Amino acid sequence: MTADADAVELVFRTEYPQVVAALVRVFGDITVAEDAVQDAFVVASERWRRDGVPPNPAGWIVTTARRRGIDGRRRATRERELGELVEATERGTDDGFEKDHGPVTDDQLRLIFTCCHPALRTEHQVALTLRLLGGLSVEEVARSFLIGEAAMAKRMVRAKHKIKAAKIPYRVPNEADLPDRLHAVLAVVYLIYNTGADDPDRAGLRREAIRLARALLALLPDEPETTGLLALLLLVESRASARWAAGELVLLADQDRTRWDRTLIAEGHELVRTCIRRDRPGPFQLQAAIQAVHADAKSVEATDWAQIVTLYDHLHELAPTPVAALNRAIAIGEVDGPGRALEELDRLAGELDSYYLWHAARGAALRRLGDATAGDEYRRAAQLAPTGRDRRFLLRRANAAVLDDN
Amino acid sequence: MSQYLLSVHTVQGDAARPPMSAEEMGAMMERVQALETEMKSSGTFLFGGRLHDPETATVVRRGAPELVMTDGPFVESKEHIGGFYIIDAADLDDAVAWAGKVVEAIGAPIEVRPFYDVSGS
Repeated sequence: MTADADAVELVFRTEYPQVVAALVRVFGDITVAEDAVQDAFVVASERWRRDGVPPNPAGWIVTTARRRGIDGRRRATRERELGELVEATERGTDDGFEKDHGPVTDDQLRLIFTCCHPALRTEHQVALTLRLLGGLSVEEVARSFLIGEAAMAKRMVRAKHKIKAAKIPYRVPNEADLPDRLHAVLAVVYLIYNTGADDPDRAGLRREAIRLARALLALLPDEPETTGLLALLLLVESRASARWAAGELVLLADQDRTRWDRTLIAEGHELVRTCIRRDRPGPFQLQAAIQAVHADAKSVEATDWAQIVTLYDHLHELAPTPVAALNRAIAIGEVDGPGRALEELDRLAGELDSYYLWHAARGAALRRLGDATAGDEYRRAAQLAPTGRDRRFLLRRANAAVLDDN
Repeated sequence: MSQYLLSVHTVQGDAARPPMSAEEMGAMMERVQALETEMKSSGTFLFGGRLHDPETATVVRRGAPELVMTDGPFVESKEHIGGFYIIDAADLDDAVAWAGKVVEAIGAPIEVRPFYDVSGS
């Protein structure tokens, strides 16, 4: 049975993360692993088109790439080192790949801890994670972050150079470091999701983040925050199709709740219940719990805001970030009225004066109080907004606030 | 194993760091000594020391036709390397763990920088 070029390309793409992770283990070097996979692709695209895709394509690629990687090194390295390398690669067998290996592997888990090592800057962590764990092409990663392909390629080269030169290890951190280091990994996955959430055209990043979160949960099922992150992403994702109308943002309060995805909500709720039973709360679990309360409510008015305030109090204790404080202030407004919200918001002025959502929240509170400055506050928010969509949305709010007044 | 430079950068005239009392200085020296003993007994320590002020530095460069010497540090800057360790560590995590101990001992940030691996692997 033959396979056409597209089929070969597709299989290759699907298997890429698993295969690269396995080869990084074998060669101990990301660039060597990537080059070996590239070589294997050339061989595969010829052979698979003739003979069809083998039953275990990942195993086939690993075996071929390993052989070619060693050939490449044979030319480049001295005999003694080669002996060691061959021995090491024989020991680190790819036995696992002879069987059906499932979607995620321990190799990928090791590699994601390398990619998200805190010694790398965040944008490098994100880029490497999408390329190596997500299997996105350099061009796709570049497009997701609105920069040129050459700039993104350079970013990746620099990151890989640092990993190699500074010897950032390929391993799951020891138990003492795991919570912190895992948090860094989860934060990268969350950032990937949010980059996709800002823009309906970048839904691919959201899918990728959810896939990574599922993979992490499968590999680290006993770490409560992995459950928390997946629950959070699923619950936020359940509202995706209600978040946008005709290319414009729709706030939670105005969303058509019948369009929320009940399957995702059910799965998210189940994960949140797991977290509650386990009772080892963390920032992602608490954010998931907050989203679960929203998902439960038939309308904004029917939302259990008191419960949400309690959860934000807890979140703010564990992770006292200005954004958590901002959301807490908004929730307090829903329980105790806009006057209280404004009090809480004004206490955050020092930290959040240049953050557009702080001004938007002030605008909303002022508008509910019938204050004539609400429109100015929304306009200030619009000036600071990161995207054209946000800006248009906030300007519409500003105009609506002015209309209230007249 | 890989070699790393752990360097401490002092800022001249740094008002944020008031001068230490003799007592504080003594306590710090004790912490540093204990740490160096630990570094040595674990085979981590390769070399290290505290440097004199940057004013004591001399820069040598190729002139025409002879080498010329100039008084003062290479870069006119407020920040200078105040001292350093060269350590042998398994990987960056290991090196960072040692850097953390230096930070605890001296109360200043530490830059961790890998050496080229001369064995060529």
